[in-house]
This record gives sequence, structure tokens and C-alpha cells, in this order.
Amino acid sequence: MKILCCISHVPDTTTRIQFTADGKALDRSGVTFIINPYDDFVLARAAELKEKNPTGVHVTVLCVGKNGASSTDSVDANLRKALALGLDEAVRIDAEPLDAFFVASQIAAYAQDKGFDLFLFGKESIDYNGSQVPGMVAALLGLPFISYATSIEILNGSAKLTREITGGKELIESPLPLVLSAQKGLAEWRIPNVRGIMQAKSKPLHVIAPLSVSPRVQTLRHEPPPPKGTFKKIEPERIDELVQELANKGLI
Amino acid sequence: MSAVVVWAETTEGRLKKPTLEALTAGRKWATTLGEPLWAVVIGDKLSENIPDLIAEYGAEKLIRILSPEFSTFIPNAYARALAALIREKNVSYVVIPQTYDGRALAPLASIWANAALFSGITTIPEKQAELWVARRICYSNKGLEWIGTAHLPLIITLKANSIIPEKSPYSLTIEDFSFRPPVEDLRAKPVGVEKVSTDKVPLTEAEIVVSAGRGLKGPENWTIVEELAKVLGAATACSKPVADVGWRPHHEHVGQTGIQISPNLYIAIGISGAIQHLAGVASSKNILVINSDPEAPFFKAADYGIVGDAFEVVPRLTEAIRRYKEQHSH
Ligand SMILES: Cc1cc2nc3c(=O)[nH]c(=O)nc-3n(C[C@H](O)[C@H](O)[C@H](O)COP(=O)(O)OP(=O)(O)OC[C@H]3O[C@@H](n4cnc5c(N)ncnc54)[C@H](O)[C@@H]3O)c2cc1C
Ligand SMILES: Nc1ncnc2c1ncn2[C@@H]1O[C@H](COP(=O)(O)O)[C@@H](O)[C@H]1O
Repeated sequence: MKILCCISHVPDTTTRIQFTADGKALDRSGVTFIINPYDDFVLARAAELKEKNPTGVHVTVLCVGKNGASSTDSVDANLRKALALGLDEAVRIDAEPLDAFFVASQIAAYAQDKGFDLFLFGKESIDYNGSQVPGMVAALLGLPFISYATSIEILNGSAKLTREITGGKELIESPLPLVLSAQKGLAEWRIPNVRGIMQAKSKPLHVIAPLSVSPRVQTLRHEPPPPKGTFKKIEPERIDELVQELANKGLI
Repeated sequence: MSAVVVWAETTEGRLKKPTLEALTAGRKWATTLGEPLWAVVIGDKLSENIPDLIAEYGAEKLIRILSPEFSTFIPNAYARALAALIREKNVSYVVIPQTYDGRALAPLASIWANAALFSGITTIPEKQAELWVARRICYSNKGLEWIGTAHLPLIITLKANSIIPEKSPYSLTIEDFSFRPPVEDLRAKPVGVEKVSTDKVPLTEAEIVVSAGRGLKGPENWTIVEELAKVLGAATACSKPVADVGWRPHHEHVGQTGIQISPNLYIAIGISGAIQHLAGVASSKNILVINSDPEAPFFKAADYGIVGDAFEVVPRLTEAIRRYKEQHSH
């Protein structure tokens, strides 16, 4: 079974976000970039499947991105971290991710003739929070798409999955190949061990040139979120006044 | 002539609130464009009350795409149907509510309809020179982004609670669009559903959310949270560690790695306000924090704060709201 895990390269969850003076882009200076947290679930699930069947499962990790100027902004370093979980090879498509359509087109073009059985994505990247790339890849390749998957088990070439829905979960059966986007629950996060980190250094990491694709959506500018209104501290004895104010605002 | 088309998500004969928001946005967009508003329902049958509801929120035409294969939501099949409609009727503008199903549908449909996709926007697109422009939230509530496109068709998904549903009655015509999904789009089969809570307001749609964290000390103490939620008609949520240790179910976990919400009022009880928690809730319109530690970081993101022991403050707040509601209801 061949698995493709797609990961995005995002600012660390604790980063204070600042934009360049023209607002066009993130100010990357001093920012540490990590593997998107939802993609960590995917990598952990792939590592589990690989452990159960080391010779029968082959896992490729892919990211569309360019290495940044600093050592804390390296796509290659994050790909190696993924490999350290026991995965087989990495691919970096050497291009700025211009929009979701651009990224999905690159992934689909790469995967087209490689015979992957399973395409694993996170449910969204925590930078642009788009939830777009996985579904677009499924559509470009004409494969079944299962979004917000919270579990997957594979048996005899087909899969049983659960998917998060409003107020519960849905059970789904699908033949392979399929595309899923992961919600928390798909697997427990894993931390690579020293042996894995050492081995990852000599695993293949292919850097390939992008396809020429026009993005469909452009970022015009960014802004910080609107400033918070004034903060009101309420003494526990004066809760009735708070209730009145919430009611005046139409909130309760 | 084209139209603005809204995908109306129906659940058990109801139109969900996000669909009412999408219809309201669609109505406004259609009015500025001078085009009609159509709603499309995909399913195996149509409940009797749906057309009236759709007309109430401003649609002029209801397009039914009915076929037995659509009895449950299968993203590929629904997207194929929506894309066929967009192509055949030359539709340029499509609105999809950003629900679980809407988020699965939109990217597939965008590819098959050859459309641009604006995802999770909080404003109705406006024309600025050659571009359609809208605003969205990015970096997990730590930034806003203005995006633009000149590409049509344009599909938008609308973040929940960004637009207040408004009635705007029109008279409605009904049209059938016949489409049967190819078998290849039916490969992933839904085989069952496990409901966790049917009586409660779904978290992503709730106007008020009452949430609690490790400060509550143990699962047995959640009664006070449930009671506050009950008087408010609110949904309940929790922080990540609380779900991780099993005090609360996973589907209540909000934050960076959980569910992202933006209710009108978010009440955080015994939650410290870690940046990953805020990432999922900071776009709430009003935040009330109850925490015994005056230095808890959450107060910096709050509109209202009560410094005090949750076990005293929360029952008192519940009682005050109950009293207020009794006095003001007839
Ligand atoms: C990659 C990553 C992703 C993460 N994603 C998420 C996420 O999605 N959601 C999330 O929530 N967290 C997430 N976290 C965890 C996050 O960093 C915090 O650890 C977590 O939010 C803390 O939960 P808490 O506030 O319930 O607990 P604590 O931080 O332990 O806070 C408990 C609070 O309760 C208060 N308290 C104690 N007793 C009382 C009392 N009697 N009355 C009132 N208040 C009291 C304390 O003063 C304290 O502020 C993530 C972490 C990482 C590294
Ligand atoms: N630049 C990228 N390279 C590879 N995979 C990506 C990239 N961007 C997004 N993805 C994948 O698509 C998922 C959803 O991302 P998004 O659509 O950007 O919210 C992520 O969790 C990744 O699995």
C-alpha cells in the first residue's frame, strides 16, 4: 500500500502574528515554522500503518513550499522531522504556495501516475484556515473524499472510516484509493525518537520543480484583528448588573 | 442571464441557521448585482415546509435536484450535481454555508465547475475595480485577510455567525433539475450515524457557548456548567486537556486543534486562555471569563471578567439569569 501524506509549513502555534509593512505577507523574521498540527495526526496514523506492516506499506511525505531564509523556516527540516517518525521518503515541490488551487494542482500533478492508495491531509492549515486543498486534490484526481475523518481502518483494499458531523459521527465505507482530511482523533500525536531522527538524515528528499499553474485567488492585504473593546471587571457581588448589561446588548 | 445560487442544506426537514445566513448573504449579493436569487436543494425528497422557508429568506426560485442516491450526503455526488447546475445554467456566483458538509462540498464543486473559491469569508464580496473582494479570518484569529479574484464562477463559503439572518419574502417558483450522479461518485458509502447529543444546540451554530477547563477539577463538577448552559439555551464546550483526559467528549473541544467557533457570547470558566485555546474562540463577539486567578491570560482577551471561584460564581450567575428571564417573560 502506498500512502501520500501532505503537510503544510505554518508558524508555530504560539507565534505573535505580524505582517509586512505593505500588509501583503506574513513578517517571517523570528518566526519558527512547524508542521501543521492537523498534519501531525496524519503522519502519526501513517506511521502506525507502517509499523503494522513495515514491508507492505510505503509512505511519502509531501510539501509544496520554499525554504525560508532562517533555519527555523525550513520546509526541508520539517520534512525530515516527518521522516523521523519512520516514514520512507519526502518530496518538496519547490514553489511558494500561491493559493489552494495552485497547491492542489501541484499535488495532483505529482500524484497522478504514482499509484497511491491513500491520500492523507489535515482538515485545515492553521495559517490560512482554508479547508480547501484536500477536497480540491480529490476532485482533480476523481477520488472519493472523506472530510474531518476521526478514524480509518484498512482491510482487504477497502477502508472503514468515521467522520465528524454536527452532533455526532458518521460511519463510512470506501474502496481505495481515497482522499481524507484529518480531524483530531485520527491518531495520537507522536514525537520522533533519536534513532528515527538519525535514520531520517539519510532518507531520500526529492526537490522537484513546480508546474506552471495560475492561482485563482490572490491575497490583497492583511490586517491585525480589530482591537478588543473595553474590558469590564465585574465583582461577584454585582452579577445582576452584568446580566442586565448582557440583556441590554441583546446577548441573552 | 445568470443568478446567485445558494446551496440550501436541509436537515430533517429544517433549514439550518447557516443556510438562513447564506440565503441572507445571497439575497444582498443578488440585489447589488441585479440578478435573481436561486436556492438549490439536493436530496432524495423535499419536506413540504422547505419552499416556504426558502421564499421567506429571499429566494425567487427553488431548484430541486432529487434522486434516490442523494438520501445521505456524499460529498462527491453532491458536488458533481452542484457543478453540473453551475455549468448548465451559467451560474457565476454561488454561496455555500461553511458547515461540515459545506466545507466538504465547496472545494470539490469549485474544481468541477472550474470556479474560484473564497473560503470562510465574513463579508459579502464587493466589486473593487476588476476584482471581487472579501474579508476572512486567518492565522487562527490572529489576523484578517482581504482576498480578491477576477475569476468566475466564484463560489464562497460563509463563516457561521458572520451575517444575521434577515427575512425578505419573495414569491417562489420551483424547478426540477434532473441529474443522477455517476457510480464512481458513490464509492464512499455512508453506512450509519452515531449521534452524541440530539437535544443540544450544535456547537458551531450556537449563539451562546458555555465552556469550561481544568479549573473545574473533575468531570463530576460539570453540573454547574450544564445548568448555566441550560438557562441560556447555550451549547457546551471545553478546553483540550479536559477532552484529552476524558472529562468531556472530544466533540466539545474548542481551539486550534478542536472546533473553531464564533458565537455572540462565549463564557469561559476555569480556562487559562492559552494561545491555542484562543485560536478557536477569539472571534467570538463577546467573551466573559470566570477565573480565580486575576492574572489568567484569558482576561486580556475578554470583554467581561469575574475574578472568583467558579464553584461560587457560576451558580450565582445561573440564578441571576434565571431570575432575569422570569421577570422578563410573560
Ligand atoms: C499544538 C498545540 C495545540 C493545542 N490545541 C489546543 C486547543 O485546540 N484547545 C485548547 O483548549 N488547548 C489546546 N492546547 C493546550 C493549551 O496550550 C493549554 O494547555 C490548554 O488550553 C489549557 O487548558 P485549561 O485552560 O483548561 O487548563 P489550565 O491551563 O490548567 O487552566 C486552568 C485555569 O483554571 C483556573 N482555575 C482553577 N481553579 C479555579 C476555580 N475554582 N474557579 C475558577 N477558575 C479556576 C486557573 O486559574 C487556570 O487559569 C494546545 C497545545 C498545543 C501545544
Ligand atoms: N503547501 C502545502 N503543501 C502540502 N500540503 C498542503 C499545503 N497546504 C495545505 N496542505 C494540506 O492541505 C490540508 C488543508 O490545508 P488548507 O486547505 O490550506 O486549510 C493541510 O492540512 C495539508 O495536509
